[in-house]
Amino acid sequence: MPEKGPKPEDLLRVEHNKLPEKDWLEPDVDFKAKHGNYCYPSKPKMLEYLGMPNPRQWRPADDDWKLPPDWQEIIYKGMQERLDRFRSFKLFMDICVRCGACADKCHFFIGSGDPKNMPVMRAELLRSVYRRQHTTAGKVLGKFAGARDLTEDVLKEWFYYFYQCTECRRCSVFCPYGIDTAEITMMGRELLNLVGVNINWVMEPVANCYRTGNHLGIQPHTFKDNIEFAADDLADITGVKVEVPINKKGAEILFVTPSADYFGSPHYYTFLGYMALFHEIGLDYTMSAFASEGGNFGLFTSHEMMKRLNAKIYAEAKRLGVKWILGGECGHMWRVLHQYMDTMNGPADFLEEPVSPLTGTRFENATSTKMVHISEFTADLLREGKIKLDPSRNDHFRVTYHDSCNPARAMGLFEEPRYLLRSSCNNFFEMPESTIRERTFCCGSGSGLGTDENLEARLRGGMPRANAVQYVHEKHGVNLLTCMCAIDKATLPPLMEYWVPGVEVAGVHELVGNALVMKGEGERTTDLRGTPLLTKEEVTANV
Amino acid sequence: MAKMLYPFLIVVALALVGYAGGSLPALQVVFGIIIPYIAMAAFVAGFAYRMLGWVRSPVPFRITTTAGQQRSLPWIKANNLEAPANKLGVLGRMALEVLLFRSLFRNTSAGLRGKRLLFGEEKLLWAGGLLFHYSFLVIILRHTRFFLDPVPFFVPWLQAVDGFFQVGVPAMYITTATILVALLFLFARRVVMPQIRYISLPADYFPLFLILGIGTTGVLMRHFFRVDIEAVKELALSLVVLQPRIPANVGPLFFAHLALVSSLLVYFPLSKLMHMGGIFLSPTRNLTNDNRRRRHVNPWNYPVPTHSYAEWQEEFKEKLEMAGIPLDEDLDHKPEMAAARGGHA
Amino acid sequence: MYDGKYIVPGLLIFLAVFFIPTAYTYATGGPSQPPKPALPANETQCVESKDWMRDNHMQLLVQWREDVVRNNDRTYTSFTYNKQYKKSLTNTCLKCHDNKQDFCDSCHTYAGVSPNCWDCHNVPKEVSS
Repeated sequence: MPEKGPKPEDLLRVEHNKLPEKDWLEPDVDFKAKHGNYCYPSKPKMLEYLGMPNPRQWRPADDDWKLPPDWQEIIYKGMQERLDRFRSFKLFMDICVRCGACADKCHFFIGSGDPKNMPVMRAELLRSVYRRQHTTAGKVLGKFAGARDLTEDVLKEWFYYFYQCTECRRCSVFCPYGIDTAEITMMGRELLNLVGVNINWVMEPVANCYRTGNHLGIQPHTFKDNIEFAADDLADITGVKVEVPINKKGAEILFVTPSADYFGSPHYYTFLGYMALFHEIGLDYTMSAFASEGGNFGLFTSHEMMKRLNAKIYAEAKRLGVKWILGGECGHMWRVLHQYMDTMNGPADFLEEPVSPLTGTRFENATSTKMVHISEFTADLLREGKIKLDPSRNDHFRVTYHDSCNPARAMGLFEEPRYLLRSSCNNFFEMPESTIRERTFCCGSGSGLGTDENLEARLRGGMPRANAVQYVHEKHGVNLLTCMCAIDKATLPPLMEYWVPGVEVAGVHELVGNALVMKGEGERTTDLRGTPLLTKEEVTANV
Repeated sequence: MAKMLYPFLIVVALALVGYAGGSLPALQVVFGIIIPYIAMAAFVAGFAYRMLGWVRSPVPFRITTTAGQQRSLPWIKANNLEAPANKLGVLGRMALEVLLFRSLFRNTSAGLRGKRLLFGEEKLLWAGGLLFHYSFLVIILRHTRFFLDPVPFFVPWLQAVDGFFQVGVPAMYITTATILVALLFLFARRVVMPQIRYISLPADYFPLFLILGIGTTGVLMRHFFRVDIEAVKELALSLVVLQPRIPANVGPLFFAHLALVSSLLVYFPLSKLMHMGGIFLSPTRNLTNDNRRRRHVNPWNYPVPTHSYAEWQEEFKEKLEMAGIPLDEDLDHKPEMAAARGGHA
Repeated sequence: MYDGKYIVPGLLIFLAVFFIPTAYTYATGGPSQPPKPALPANETQCVESKDWMRDNHMQLLVQWREDVVRNNDRTYTSFTYNKQYKKSLTNTCLKCHDNKQDFCDSCHTYAGVSPNCWDCHNVPKEVSS
């Protein structure tokens, strides 16, 4: 945390009802004053590697963004193309009545009070240009019809606000017409990308992922080293030595997970949980050093880039000759896998309909895509009695669960993780209803915004989530925030440190791994992160 | 202020023009026959045009917003209305959305009290919206007594229910009061609530004023400056059966009413009021959440450059060998894939 | 066009609604002529002028009802003719307008008006039969 950054009580001084007198149609972003609220632009070499337009050095605070000379034409054409391709886009441009139900649903608006962070406004930034170009009223009446020309200032405003939306879709739950701001932001970013306006925190992972197979740019030998290192760690903790097959042809299942799981903390402990679980049930699986990333920052770039990065998963499943694919804990990864992969890179007719080799359960909900979520898989194991959990090993935790946006609002994955958590620990507490399940609040750093240069925006955007955690922290002594998203795991810890010190962050399968009773294991003295377990006396004292 | 004032003045002007036109026998044909016909045609054609405009664009991805538990393992209770796994669920979800404004019913208000973020139930917008739409529906159905000959069975029934309180003669309808209250509420929140005032455009005030104008002229005709109802029906019916004629004694107030209604019909397809048709097409609501069970097809799913395993193995061959990761000797090198890549080294 | 199989029929049904009135009116024998209520054969003058009555008879009748039922006030003085009448639907109005169907109903049915007179009063025909 920056020493001289704003204190929590300063960030909490947010006025939601004091709005500027100035008409919103006047673009108004002072990048110098807004330092800490936006991300830095993509390095040219990332765009060059990916074959994307207008690679160059530039800074948002510069007056000249070095746009191509015909940038307006490019955007107009791009907009037309997308209106013809996406009914969602066309419809959402047309039918909003500006009822304002979405206004205070956005974590960025709640945290910043910036009126253009109201979802309706975020869309109006685009709509105003759409009206000017595509509606008679907008062409004739201009500003009076809420229409405006696409100027450089408007484009700068787009950049600022479309990279201050985490595509979490919370507003779309409340919109009476189901208008989805994620869809708007995705279109906005696609258009910006056409003229080379993008952020490095998205483009570098994309370029890495395209080259090495994962966002972090981990090359195959390091991939293997990390996994072996993890296996050693697991052996130290449990006394059980596990094998993790890599690029093994003919395995039954390909396991794909976000690269942070084997590279970042606290993701790593969840990864240990997976390894322990797969070993315990004797799963015939393999990981891939090529399809070494489940996440897909292409989603935060363009539909095309999403498809380009996603293609490797089916390709690798085909090459390795597996029967089906199992996916680890991740948020946007699962949005892509659940809602896009089969359409983009399917049909996966070379795979088999997924059946759990241990329970014989046929995963009816994944018969076409042939990819199963780890929490569905493990919940089935537990239900069928194939694994044994000792929840007392998590007695040092008082646990709550953060529904990660995408599994919540793009899959409806609510009960599987809760079933696992309730079976893995003895102290589970839900956060207030308005902040969980389909109403869950984003971590504030999704969609490629989880970097340092926009820390203030992240802390503000994460405030609603943190506030709910603080509530259960104070009321129930909650000290562990669980979630199922790699970005959450990376960005919730600093958020907690800032707003609710004393709360740690973990994945669901970390708790499963802690509780998992393994054949041939020694007595566990620590959990997967090395924290000593409570002694029997301490447990009794706690009760 | 201009955002409110101009739409208001436009509506007043429209009503006055109608009134003036109705006062001049020579212009009655224009305001009583020609304009209403044009308005009706514009509405029907415009509505169809807008709907077909949306239908021309495909739905490339199934982007359902799930607001309930998915259907996965058989022992986990799925919510087929909030995360519909089949068409029946979608039908139910859409019915709730269209008939009861389900999503709006979820509305909460968020606010900071000290260091605590609090959420309150906020059902007023839902109630006001529902009240307005249903009042309008009942009013339109009641008005069929002017367009249908003989008057169908449900009209007296509706009138009896709607006029249940028998206040005044002719009886004041409940929906007259409710639509006016609802409209004033919807207007007031645009004025009073700072966030909503900030986002409101003239295009938000105009339809409110227009419908308020229609309601007001209607109330005036029924309760204050009575018009000859037989003449009104004669005119309406003559339009309906395509034998238009202007009876004597229609009264200019009716022409003001008609001018505003015609304006609404013309304005409707040009405006946000198309949410009426649009809601049925909303992809986050009208699609099933069975993406992994049933493949969704994107009609423009064009090929994209990808980084193939073969290229990847080639690039990292030494490192793979060093790490002892098995190399694939049996690779299908596809030159056309490489050709399609382009753009990078 | 995409998803036309759902949307086009839906749209057609919606638009067809606007042509129901035309079809309905023709299907039920075409538009009726504007009503010409049958006037009494042996009386040329109502309690007030014809035009006034046309606009205001409903208020007058309700006023009479209130006066009689609540205040026992049974005499009405015409402001047009300065004559006195008994405030009575049956004995004053229906004395001349003795055919409800041809007089009252002709307009009321046409305009879809259902006054509540007959909630309490007997329909004249029923009396005579």
